[in-house]
Amino acid sequence: MAKLKIGDLEKIREKVRKTAGLRQGKSRGKVTVHMGTCGIAAGARGILTAVMDQLEASEIKDVIVATSGCAGLCSREPMATVEITGNPPVKYVDLTPEKIRKILDEHIVNGNIVEKNALAIGSERTY
Amino acid sequence: MEDLSLHILDIGENAITAGASLLRITINENTEENTLFLKIQDNGRGLDAGAMEKALDPLYATKASKRAGQGLPMLARAAREADGELNLRSGDGKGTVVLARFVLDHFDRKPLGNIAETLITLIAAGGLEVDILYRHFKNGRDFLFDTRDVKEELKEVPITDPGVLSYLKEAVNNGLKNLLKE
Repeated sequence: MAKLKIGDLEKIREKVRKTAGLRQGKSRGKVTVHMGTCGIAAGARGILTAVMDQLEASEIKDVIVATSGCAGLCSREPMATVEITGNPPVKYVDLTPEKIRKILDEHIVNGNIVEKNALAIGSERTY
Repeated sequence: MEDLSLHILDIGENAITAGASLLRITINENTEENTLFLKIQDNGRGLDAGAMEKALDPLYATKASKRAGQGLPMLARAAREADGELNLRSGDGKGTVVLARFVLDHFDRKPLGNIAETLITLIAAGGLEVDILYRHFKNGRDFLFDTRDVKEELKEVPITDPGVLSYLKEAVNNGLKNLLKE
């Protein structure tokens, strides 16, 4: 059986382990990508991949990435909810990978809500 | 859905929502028999008889139940369009098995799409509590990816770390490229 070659995992483990201390502290915030059937059909997977890439590229270690289901606004998918710990969550709509990258830069790094892509402040039930 | 990997992500999300701790995804391509089988199996809470009956009905998507929406009917249609069919096996508390058959070279058979991206998305969605076993067979050769192996190797480092996921995406991509080249 041709298993995934996991030899290089050792290297990755060492690299990540060095920054693990940073992660164990309080998280700065949370990004939730809506991953219902509607979201997936509209491109939510690419949004989540862009979030992961951006966090890795910017070396942001204290932001949690999660997924949720349909928020009941399928026509505005892909959607994501960005929350800075202690502040109300902001829902962003009609996303593209480029838009979410800019939003992460502005909202997570600089603390400014990107109003032109935002729908509302508040949260649906997540799972 | 543009391709099978997006259907897999969708059904996999259902499994995670249903509280599964193990998600088994198997693809079997056989050129001689001209078939492609896709099996997605979870140990989540499953569907009771009433929900089973309605799960493949595209008009059944009650937000209150959240057990099933458009996802299964869409996969069933994708299978039918490629002269195949979809079977659903489940029971209350017994997990769920989705088995879809396609005619491999059918003009309307959706392409596989980006399996690696689907797998790392499911890992991120499931968090540390969900394990994923992906097996891909093609004409007797195969590729296997098991998050339990990866976790063992990673020890205290979480598999959901973006650095780890980005590595896994590339590793799965390479593994599948190697399997699927003729």
